[in-house]
Amino acid sequence: MSEPKTFEDAIAELEKIVHDLEDGNIGLEEALQRYEAGVALLKCCYDKLRKVEQRIVEVAGKDEAGNPVLKPFE
Amino acid sequence: MFPTLPVTVKPQTVSALTAQIKTLLEESFPSVWVSGEVGSLVVAGSGHVYFNLKDKNAILPSVMWKATAVRHRYAMKDGQEVVVRGRITVYPPHGKYQLTVDELYQVGLGDQDQALRKLKEKLQKLGYFAPERKKTLPSFPQRIALVTSPSGAAIRDMLQIISRRWPCAEVWVCGVRVQGTGAPQEIASALDRLNGFAGIDVILLGRGGGSSEDLAAFNDEIVANAIFASRIPIVSAVGHEIDITIADLVADRRAATPSEAAELTTPDRMELMQTVHARRQRLHDLLIAKYQFAKKALKNVGQRRVFASPLERVRDEERRLDDLDERLQKAMRSRLQRAGVTIGSLASQLESLSPLNVLARGYSLTRTVPDNKVVRSVKQIAKGDRVEIIVADGKVQAKIIS
Repeated sequence: MSEPKTFEDAIAELEKIVHDLEDGNIGLEEALQRYEAGVALLKCCYDKLRKVEQRIVEVAGKDEAGNPVLKPFE
Repeated sequence: MFPTLPVTVKPQTVSALTAQIKTLLEESFPSVWVSGEVGSLVVAGSGHVYFNLKDKNAILPSVMWKATAVRHRYAMKDGQEVVVRGRITVYPPHGKYQLTVDELYQVGLGDQDQALRKLKEKLQKLGYFAPERKKTLPSFPQRIALVTSPSGAAIRDMLQIISRRWPCAEVWVCGVRVQGTGAPQEIASALDRLNGFAGIDVILLGRGGGSSEDLAAFNDEIVANAIFASRIPIVSAVGHEIDITIADLVADRRAATPSEAAELTTPDRMELMQTVHARRQRLHDLLIAKYQFAKKALKNVGQRRVFASPLERVRDEERRLDDLDERLQKAMRSRLQRAGVTIGSLASQLESLSPLNVLARGYSLTRTVPDNKVVRSVKQIAKGDRVEIIVADGKVQAKIIS
């Protein structure tokens, strides 16, 4: 399975997988394949989100609690 | 030292001689008729009217006492050709004789006035006075030329005012004779010369003293032509209220006095500085206001949720992912469970269909040997065939005997 370009694409694909699995009209082997793909997508999305969060904290210069974020001077 | 006065000489006093002259003159001319042009007319505060009667070659100072003047003073003007009847009188304090006028008759415009009037008409037709050809004065002149008499109050006034109001201007003084023979030529050539220089922003043409009889130079056609031809704007300060000269009419701007001309030509430095200060303050205030406004706007935007809690979106997405994760797990679990249930039911179905159960109830199964076909009919076997009989707990070999 190729990596979806955007977070939204990944989510959309994930939604479809979950929906298909919930529907239960697919074979077990295929269900397993879908499940595996779904888990991979989830991981990929969580990764993307983590990167976004890091970037936000970096740009804002403070974290959610309002503490200043320090980084080495280059 | 002066030579010594001979003792035989008996000098008389100035007063005595003047008294003698006075008697002589006043008795000789007790009533004369004189024609001439009115000039240098002054209506004094006392109500008396002083003026000159003149023709081309001579001037006769004249006075009209209040009682006579009340009938004429508003009608009298410089340049009027009049006939008067009066008497010669002497005014000892001034050492001057004068004509005391008792009656006055007008006979039309004077010759000089006629000529002037004709010249005015001619120049008017040539468009010399046209408002649309008047040049605008520079707002901030850098070089100002003064064409005037180098001595006298006019030049002093002008220099003083220029240096007070606009000291950064460079002033060129072009001294000319403003009255008498050659004055018109000097004025005209000064104007022409100045027009040959670059960088002169304005010319002030001032009369600078002289009696009102001596405006002739400024009524000369040569001067009018020079003013008309000038590419540099010219401010005239020649005539006075009642006597506008041709120079005044042709000039780009007319001032009542040399001082006024200097004021018209220069901005007031102090006033300008005040304006600049006020504008600077206003600019500053506006800038501050703009800054405050922008700051406030920025603060408002900054307080919007996207910026106040930038991670909110991330948290939302995380929640969505968590949700999907949970659904995925649950769906897969339930799919597995469903598969398990299917297998279970198949197993029990299989179980129920197993022939072993039938055998347990006492039935047996017979198969042919060696091809292991279940014997369902007698036609399948014959006497002497070998078969296999399967019962619940095992199988035996048998032979068909009938």
